[in-house]
Formats: sequence, structure tokens, C-alpha cells
Amino acid sequence: MDYENAEKILEVKHLKQYFNVGKSDEVHAVDDISFDIYKGETFGLVGESGSGKTTTGRAIIHLYEPTSGEILFDGKNVDSFTSKQEKRDFRQEMQMIFQDPYASLNPRMKVKDIVAEGIDINNLAKDDDDRTKQVEDLLETVGLNKDHSSRYPHEFSGGQRQRIGIARALAVKPKFVIADEPISALDVSIQAQVVNLMKKLQREQGLTYLFIAHDLSMVKYISDRIGVMHYGQMLEIADSDEIYAHPLHDYTKSLLSAVPVPDPEFERARQEIAYDGGQENDGKERHLVEIAPRHWVRAADDEIDMYTQRAHEASLIQD
Amino acid sequence: MDNENNILEVRNLQVNFKTYAGDVKAIRNVSFDLRKGETLAIVGESGSGKSVTTRTIMGLNASNADIASGSIMYKGQDLLKKSEKEMEGIRGQDIAEIFQDPMTSLDPTMKIGRQIAEPLMVHKGMKKDKAWAQALEMMKLVGITDAESRINDYPHQFSGGMRQRIVIAIALINYPEVLIADEPTTALDVTIQAQILNLMKELQDKISTSIIFITHDLGVVAGMADRVAVMYAGKIVEYGTVDEIFYNPKHPYTWGLLSSMPTLDSSGDELPSIPGTPPDLLDPPTGDAFAARNAYALKIDTEQEPPFFKVSDTHYAATWLLHPDAPKVTPPAQIVERQEKYAKMQQALAQAQQTTGPVEEEEEQQ
Repeated sequence: MDYENAEKILEVKHLKQYFNVGKSDEVHAVDDISFDIYKGETFGLVGESGSGKTTTGRAIIHLYEPTSGEILFDGKNVDSFTSKQEKRDFRQEMQMIFQDPYASLNPRMKVKDIVAEGIDINNLAKDDDDRTKQVEDLLETVGLNKDHSSRYPHEFSGGQRQRIGIARALAVKPKFVIADEPISALDVSIQAQVVNLMKKLQREQGLTYLFIAHDLSMVKYISDRIGVMHYGQMLEIADSDEIYAHPLHDYTKSLLSAVPVPDPEFERARQEIAYDGGQENDGKERHLVEIAPRHWVRAADDEIDMYTQRAHEASLIQD
Repeated sequence: MDNENNILEVRNLQVNFKTYAGDVKAIRNVSFDLRKGETLAIVGESGSGKSVTTRTIMGLNASNADIASGSIMYKGQDLLKKSEKEMEGIRGQDIAEIFQDPMTSLDPTMKIGRQIAEPLMVHKGMKKDKAWAQALEMMKLVGITDAESRINDYPHQFSGGMRQRIVIAIALINYPEVLIADEPTTALDVTIQAQILNLMKELQDKISTSIIFITHDLGVVAGMADRVAVMYAGKIVEYGTVDEIFYNPKHPYTWGLLSSMPTLDSSGDELPSIPGTPPDLLDPPTGDAFAARNAYALKIDTEQEPPFFKVSDTHYAATWLLHPDAPKVTPPAQIVERQEKYAKMQQALAQAQQTTGPVEEEEEQQ
């Protein structure tokens, strides 16, 4: 990725997403996060369950009304779309691929109708022949056969269903795709197939991805940049190679140290780094600070020196 | 038993499931040993037969399962010949299982103290007070904090990681000889997974149990297993020590599995993947079941099933590539790297033995 001339496609500004506001069980699922995504890149969002990564994805595609903050897509505030046409255009440009390939396809619809639903809603096909052709092209693009179009979802394996989900997302020619754990439910050998397909489609169609996952090795593989979330907050953002080689935040270090590696020698020598979640609850005000070029860490004012020191030690900053 | 070091010996096991469409041949002639105190990992994709194998050991198969042949020897007795009543005495006592999903394997309406104490009361006829006291000890052992007050809580009051600790406490309360762990950490976050895996290793030392560990996560296998068996389409295709499988794999399916997992330092555009999908076990293909997805397939693979070829005393693989007449092939780049690492490790080991060798001889003479 060339970030010098990169254009922002998505800007998340101070997004807060609370649930059960005003009740005793108020949840701050996402608590004041800000980040940008550039055109053509893959932004990986990682974190444990409950970190708010899925909520962030859903807020971006406007499945929730944000509690506060702004989401700008192509410079326009997502919350400002009022007319049906504006909302429809937005949904055409931003699409989603879901985690569970079994639950996300309607079992009573044929594959061609599932894939063509977006085409129908947005009137993207001239006539029936055009619709059929578009569906067949899409199925071919994702590595399925056009003969598959009149079958039902239950006739497919998990990996094939995920390909159908991808074809459906691509049917309306989106610019931006949110993939929420798209491979977690698949077998290892099939995961690689789906990831390769997503990368190929990105090259061919210039797509931008927000890739949400908890499998850290796969996220690193597919992402250009990665954001680490914990308890509704963004703790660190950096290029994926850099964040894995030189994590600056203690939580990122701890998370990475827990990833099992398919190498017995490495595993025998593994040292896990514990993280005390309490260290964020000292009442200090924290925000994302650019410690090294394009490497952001959530820090309080008196912690910036410490992180800068760490960045120096890792030679992320040239003197 | 063939070998006194074995706690469990599975021989020529064949399991079919009767369905309307015909017989699904889920386990097709599987044999393996579980040694005393070791952790044997069984890896493979969904549908490869890992879980059916362990469910057969536990006597927990669905009612349409038909055990066509084989034996499972445990302490000189064939578990397949046991009645359901007899199996009830063995399950949870000699052989226990940790299931994948801690949400569904606990009873939501029962206090966890009772769930942990139940195996003691059922199998050992222990009185409630004594059983609960032991349950409390076990809760402390598996690291549930504030055990005295939490013993009266219900499962929904615990987090996923804590629930899995409770499941482990239930499985281990009778100090079983064999523990079957079927994807015990798949539903957990990586940091919690690391805690649970460490706990299992620690407890294995304390109560000297043998573990069959089922998972599809090769990273977890590398950290947990002493030996590994790789399953594909209802068969074991390769088995060996953990180092042999990770650094010197011989079966193309093992190659595919190892290379399709990105490591934290892999990069590049294309991740090596195994094309296609596993075969339909209603009608398993003749020859090597992996042949259709195998870039290294030979003509004979589609005609004749490969036998196990010996790689070392502990390492066997069922692929024709190991036949003396087979053409030489170069494995994928990542595998070659692993094999180079293995060669270096072997060299270092041989050197270490050379320097210590004479000393041992002297001792023998004395």
C-alpha cells in the first residue's frame, strides 16, 4: 500500500455505541474510538470477544444508531442519509460478509435468488437474461459453477456457502466490504481458499476491506494495517508487519504472546506475557497518539515518553 | 495388550452410520495406541472422523452407528464388548471427556458444586458432604478463584473460560486414566485458550493421566502433543512424534495442512491451499482418498490404497510417495524449510550423543 497518496474512504470519529442507555445494565460496547480506512487497503480489526470489534463493524454499516460520534463514508456522514434512495445507494456501496455461512443464507431461496437479491433491489439488471448472466458471472468469479445457481444452500459445504455469501456481497458492485469473521467457521484448508479468493477480488476490483477476526495469524496475513481493540477501546493501530514485530502496547504484546504457532520448538520456548486490564482504569485521560510514523498507541500524556522510548528501542523512529 | 506401556489400544476400527442414503463409512480401519502419560493429538478436517473415533471409545455414538469391526483394548478388556451398564461404570471414572462447548456441556439448572461432585457420588458412592469437599479442592486446583462462595453458583454466572475450567474439574474429579479432550479451547479467546492449555499440562503432571487431544488447530497441537495422528476421510494417514510430524512430514495432506496455516511471519500474495473438498464417505473413492486434491498424486493412488510406510520407529505415513520405486518429489517450500530445520536438529542431537556416548559406556562397564 502506498499511503503517501492514499485517499480516505472511511473516517470513524469519536464513535460511541452504548446499549441499554440509562438502565442499570448500560453497556459501553464501543467507547470513543477514531480511525480511518484508506481506499484499496485491508484494515484488520482484532480483539477478544466483548472487545467491541463486531459492534464497530455494525455501527459503520449503520445497523445501529450511534450513541455519539460520526462515521464519514466518502466524506459523507452515514447518519445524514435520510431519503430511501440515499440509504439504498449507501447499502450498495458498502456490503457485508457474515461469519456463519449456515445462518446467513436463506434456506428456502435458490442460490441465484440469494445472489441476485441486491441486483433486484437496486435495479441493476436490464432484463431476466442480464440478471442470469450477472449471477453466473458472479458465481464463476468466486469459484463456483453456473450449474450451482438453481440449487439450495443446504446442498453446499461451509466453504462453498461462504463463497455464495461473497458473491452476494459483490453483486451490487460495492466499494467497501465489511467481513466479520468470514473464515472462523471453516476448516483450515478451506480458510486458505477463501482468504486467497478475497485477496484476488481485491486486486481485480479495487475493493477496500474491513476484516474483523480473532485469528491473529490470518488477520496479519490479509491486512495492510491492523487495529487492536479491548473493552470497547482502540489501543493500537499500525501496519500489520510492524504491529506483529514491534507491538508497543502491553495488551497487544500479551495478545500476540498467546497465539499458538505450528512449530513445536517455538511452543516449547513460549513465554506468555500477562496483561493487567486494571492499568487502564486509573482515571487518566487517554487518546491515540502517533508514537512512530503511522503507529498509533492509546496513551495518557505522561505515558507518551515511555512509548516513544519503546519505539526507539525497536528502531521505529529514526533520529 | 500388545505393549505394557499402552493404556489404550485401538485396532482395525470400522464405524459406519446407517442413513437413508446408505452407509456413511465414517471410520475406515483405524488403529492407534495411547501410551501411559502421553498426549496424543488427532488432527484433521471436519468429517475426517476424529470425533467419531473418540465417541466410539466412550461408547457415546448415535444410535445409527454400526461398529463393523475392530477392538478397543483398555486394561486388557475390549471396550466394544462392554454392555451399556458396564460402560457407565467406566465413563467419568476411568475415561473422561472434556467437550468443546462449555455452554452446552454443563447443566444450566444445577449448581456447579453438585455437577463437579456428581461423579464422586455416582462412581464412588461418596456421601454428599465429602464429595462437595473434594469438589471444592478440585475447583481450587483448576484455578477458580473464590471457590468457597462460587461452589453454589450456576453455570451462567461464569465466563466462558471459567466454565471450561468447571468442565475440566468435572472430568478430572475421579483422576481418570484417560482423558479425551475434543476441541477443548476452540470456543475460547486466545489469551483464555493459553490459560486453559497451561492448566491441562499442569494437571496432567499432577494426576498422571493420558490425553487424547482432538483439534484442527496445528498451533495448539505443536504446544500440547507428544505424538500426532493425522486423519483424513476416516483414516489415519500419518502418525509420529510431534517433531516428526511438524518438521519431517511425509504425507502430502500433512504438507497441505501445515502450509495452509499462515504463521506470524508468512507473507506474500497467495496462501498455499488444498483445492477442493473432502470426499463423500457414503461412497469413498478407491485408492488414496486424498488423491483428487493431491498435486503429488501418482497413478497408483487412484487404483490402490497405500499401506503405511515406515519412516522411523515412531513415524509412519500412508502414501505411495514413500515406496522405493516412487519418483522423487519436492514438497512445498514451507515444508522444505521445516525439513531443513529437522535435519539440523537431528545433527545437533547426534553430536550431543557422540559427546556423551563414551561416558555412558564407561558407566556400563563399571
